[in-house]
Amino acid sequence: MKYLHSRNRAILREMVITDFKVRYQNSVLGYMWSLLKPLFLFAILYIVFTYIIPLGKGIDHYPVYLLTGIIFWNFFVESTMIGSSSIVARGDLIRKISIPRYLVVLSSSLSALINLSLSLVVVFIFALFNGIMPSFSWFLIIPIIVELFVFALGISFLLSAMYVKFRDITYIWEIFLQAGFYATPIIYPLMNISERYRGWLFMNPMAQIIQDARYVVATNTSITLWSTVHSIAIIAPFIIIALFAIGGGLYFKSRSKYFAEDI
Amino acid sequence: MSVKKEAAVAIKNIHKEFILPQSKNSTFKQTVVNIVKKNKKVTQKVLDGISFEIDKGDFFGIVGRNGSGKSTLLKLIAGVYTPTAGEIQINGGLTPFIELGVGFNPELSGRDNVYLNGALLGFNRKQMDSMYNEIVDFAELQPFMDQKLKNYSSGMQVRLAFSIAIKAKNEILIFDEVLAVGDEAFQRKCLDVFDDYKAIGQTVILVTHDMATVKKFCNRAALINEGKVTKIGNPIEVANEYSRLNQIAIDAQTGKKQQVSEESAKKPNIFLSLTKYGVKANSFAVNDIADLKITWDSDIVADRLLVDLYKKSGEQVSNFISSREGIKTLIGKNSVELQMTLNLAPGSYYYSLGLWTKDFKRKLTSVSPVGEFTVTKDYSRAPHEFAGTTLIEHKWKSS
Repeated sequence: MKYLHSRNRAILREMVITDFKVRYQNSVLGYMWSLLKPLFLFAILYIVFTYIIPLGKGIDHYPVYLLTGIIFWNFFVESTMIGSSSIVARGDLIRKISIPRYLVVLSSSLSALINLSLSLVVVFIFALFNGIMPSFSWFLIIPIIVELFVFALGISFLLSAMYVKFRDITYIWEIFLQAGFYATPIIYPLMNISERYRGWLFMNPMAQIIQDARYVVATNTSITLWSTVHSIAIIAPFIIIALFAIGGGLYFKSRSKYFAEDI
Repeated sequence: MSVKKEAAVAIKNIHKEFILPQSKNSTFKQTVVNIVKKNKKVTQKVLDGISFEIDKGDFFGIVGRNGSGKSTLLKLIAGVYTPTAGEIQINGGLTPFIELGVGFNPELSGRDNVYLNGALLGFNRKQMDSMYNEIVDFAELQPFMDQKLKNYSSGMQVRLAFSIAIKAKNEILIFDEVLAVGDEAFQRKCLDVFDDYKAIGQTVILVTHDMATVKKFCNRAALINEGKVTKIGNPIEVANEYSRLNQIAIDAQTGKKQQVSEESAKKPNIFLSLTKYGVKANSFAVNDIADLKITWDSDIVADRLLVDLYKKSGEQVSNFISSREGIKTLIGKNSVELQMTLNLAPGSYYYSLGLWTKDFKRKLTSVSPVGEFTVTKDYSRAPHEFAGTTLIEHKWKSS
């Protein structure tokens, strides 16, 4: 059993490294782009939302607040989009070798996670420039990332298994993500939403995750699930995540033995 | 009392069906249409009740014509497919690759691909570090390891893949058609590796179309035809049966084209007798003279006769053509005699023959393989013992 474990770890490691190497193939700056991308994103957002559309008036450290939301959402989009097509994309492996199928999905999510970590480095650097004092609360970002990762992984398992048979699923999911971008308080501050609706918005796990991340990184004035919902409904986003993680995992497991012939 | 060898792979009544692609619901629209129309699924039976065991230490050959289901069977053994019914028990670790170079990425360097492929075969980075140089040496690709794989020739890729694959140290190894690729030098390397496997008693499952390899290496073999095991056991018999199946298929094709009467396939119309000094025989001493008398039905108007002589391993020893060697035409005749001096090394041989029209335009009838004979270790008629296949005529001169 231990042997199996180390074997899978070796496969996972090589697949993530391969992903990373192939992604920046033939680009002059190579890995630097992992840092440059969030950097330029930040520059653009800063200009747009502080000078052109000052949506974030009244929010402390709005640029950092905004960037945190964007990179968390980007991770969600990247890992679920790449994850959902991962099984079909690695059909060459699936058809010829009996490695555990979950490794393929997990490796694509881990690649996205590495990108998120690199982006976070940029966020923290800008937080310092923005006059935010580093604090121990920054470490609380770790459980939030774990929660996000589990959520994205559960969705990836579900969608990747469905995608093998129903190729429409990625288009449908893209539309979902488009809607989700506006259903989640990413570019607009929650303050601008009437208090009646805030509770409902927080039923979306991404809203809870992003607002919590902003709370620990940027400003403790960030409105969170905890300060908004005071009923039993407070567990709703976590139930949703658990449902996706368990349901997605089980569905994936039941379908995975037929991947080789269905692709 | 015989000791039962332990089974490495036990295949128990395996069935495998595939849902045919045209009825597969790959979009929601098709799914909806299929639900509304209540389309029945069209399935294709690929394996239909296969059972056999592969013992530890076996060099097991699986042969079969294209589409017979042997690759499906291999994928079931490797755990890539799940059987529709039946069970496969694997006893020991199994190298789970079916093809060489699985997971090779053309955008990565040769070096990166070695590590990637190695991981898929079950090695971690440390283990790969320690055998990296050996792999590169064996592949003879030292100067190219930092180049991208897409710049490799296909032969170089195969060499690299094979060099990694043979490092796999699992109890059971599976090779699917590895010999079909690569040049002669590479194939020889493969065969050397097979020799080593045989020497150490490695359990190997080999799928190939090359009957010479089956005869040479395998101690057991199975012939898969139309999803069933039609012959299992002695690799030479299995290989011969496979050749016969192919011959039937070829004859059926040429038969269609040339409209050779069906009877020719049904009843023999060519007869042979092998004699030694007038007595029927199929065992000879070295340098004995063998007479092969061939008789055929008088309604076959043949111009020439071709006899091929093979070693049991499948290598051709020689061939004889009546028109080339003196008999201008056989038209008007219905029998001919071939006298051979068997200056052959002791061993088993077989021969096949065919009757042809002028210039080998059309094959009239053939039997293949027609007969076997052995040359015993009796050198009484030979000047001395010799090694190799034959002792060619030769003369020494010393100045």
